[in-house]
Amino acid sequence: MKELAFRVVALTVLFVALAALAALLVDIGVDGAGRLSWDFLTGFPSRRAANSGIWHAISGSIFVIGVTGVLAVPVGVAAAIYLEEYGTRSKMARLIEVNITNLAAVPSIIYGLLGLGLFVRALGLGRSVLAGGATLALLVLPVVILSTRESLRAVPKSIREGSYALGATTWQTIWHQVLPMALPGILTGLILALSRAIGETAPLITIGAVTFVTFAPQSLSSAFTVLPIQIFNWVSRPQADFQANAAAAIIVLLALLLTMNAVAVWLRDRYQKERQA
Amino acid sequence: MIATTTKAPRRVESLIEWGLFVCALVSVGTTAGIIVILAVETWEFFRTVSPLEFLTGTEWTPLFAAPRFGVLPLVAGTTLVSGIAMLVALPAGLLSAIYLSEYASPGLRRIVKPTLEILAGVPTVVYGYFALLFVTPLLQRLLPGLSGFNALSPGIVMGIMILPLVCSLSEDAMQGVPRGLREGSYALGATKMQTSLRVVVPAAFSGITAAFILAVSRAVGETMIVAIAAGQQPRLTLDPTVPIETMTAYIVQVSLGDTPQGTLEYRTIFAVGMMLFLGTFVLNLASAWLRERYREEYA
Repeated sequence: MKELAFRVVALTVLFVALAALAALLVDIGVDGAGRLSWDFLTGFPSRRAANSGIWHAISGSIFVIGVTGVLAVPVGVAAAIYLEEYGTRSKMARLIEVNITNLAAVPSIIYGLLGLGLFVRALGLGRSVLAGGATLALLVLPVVILSTRESLRAVPKSIREGSYALGATTWQTIWHQVLPMALPGILTGLILALSRAIGETAPLITIGAVTFVTFAPQSLSSAFTVLPIQIFNWVSRPQADFQANAAAAIIVLLALLLTMNAVAVWLRDRYQKERQA
Repeated sequence: MIATTTKAPRRVESLIEWGLFVCALVSVGTTAGIIVILAVETWEFFRTVSPLEFLTGTEWTPLFAAPRFGVLPLVAGTTLVSGIAMLVALPAGLLSAIYLSEYASPGLRRIVKPTLEILAGVPTVVYGYFALLFVTPLLQRLLPGLSGFNALSPGIVMGIMILPLVCSLSEDAMQGVPRGLREGSYALGATKMQTSLRVVVPAAFSGITAAFILAVSRAVGETMIVAIAAGQQPRLTLDPTVPIETMTAYIVQVSLGDTPQGTLEYRTIFAVGMMLFLGTFVLNLASAWLRERYREEYA
């Protein structure tokens, strides 16, 4: 009897959590679907909610994530290769490892303060696309490193030993054997890391990405806004029309994230099948 | 001949290793950068405001004409919202984890786990929308006295957001418990529930605690939900129905305003950021230490 009750309670809790997700999606769909249109996607913000669009925010997000990817991917993958293939036993490597685990759990708004002090002021980049992208690059770096290491670790040791036995150097082994095998896994991790960056709001607000930018960025030094900040701006207004805009922008954001995640899952599945074959 | 062909690659090899090492150092530089920038600005702040006033003052009005710099109202706001979030996330996350680890069929796990991953991947600004425009109106029907901005609704929504983290880390910990312990328990005539609650959960205790601590750290640092749905009124209260302000929401409020950089008001966000960083840092270290210990227990 107690046994059954416990089971029912646990299962109920689990389904309440899933129901919350469903409620969230339905609520946003109902609020925002009516505002979705081609004009909304390609338009610019306006004082009148019905005339507003989000092209400035979409292009801002693309610019910022582009910068983030260009900076975080090479550095993150290289750091992971070092930690996994070279320095695993040294004290320094151990220290770096602990440091990365800790960085991954630092609140994102703290990265905003770092970006404000370092990129916006000390390096004089101003409140630009470059400063925003660089801030998010530092934010996702731990995620990139951790997931890349995971993929490198999954490559069997025998592959490396075979390569060494044929006279290859460490780097030749990594470049010609280990990296190609780990590539799908690494790509999956990279996509997930960047999709996290797309949804980030707080650090970009902190470095001063402005909420009333009404144009698409032209260069790396342009002022910018991103999709989540535009959503935040519209949610914070009391008028229901603007809140409907926020819901519509959320649908666009979620669709973007879902697409990225679907690609990541597809890559992972393909990878697993290849390994089993 | 042999010497020349092996020497050049060797130099290239060590050059590459150096380059990779420098990339790995970027992460250490990030930590150093955070600490230096927060410390410098906090130091400047404390040259004007005494640390004692900051840490024990009960009024936080840095943007007023007669500013007061007592951080306790912000700490209270953060504690209140995080507390509510934990009341939701910890029991629900643990129960879900027990169910998934000990009871669920592989088919159900295959459906539920990716769904929870989606729940964890939704941007926090979306949860903020949900809290302000769905959960708060819903709660207002049950509690007529509830203010439009309050701690209750963002707390509950934050709990839902953190639940997948608690669930998946706790489940990992339970999966790490050796089969033999479960079988021993069954052999003594224990039921599945008794085995789950009295054998598996205690055996995975340090791993589960690590998950709980990480969840607290995540709640304390969460920003957008509270910035949207909790209000901007720092007050020293444990009443979940009135508008409050958390440490993170205050940083957002100042960042959005037009406070000139370099002023005392502006430096407050770094002082508050320093507290936030130190608080979450201690929690993260504790969690990592417990996880490490857990790994050793069954290694």
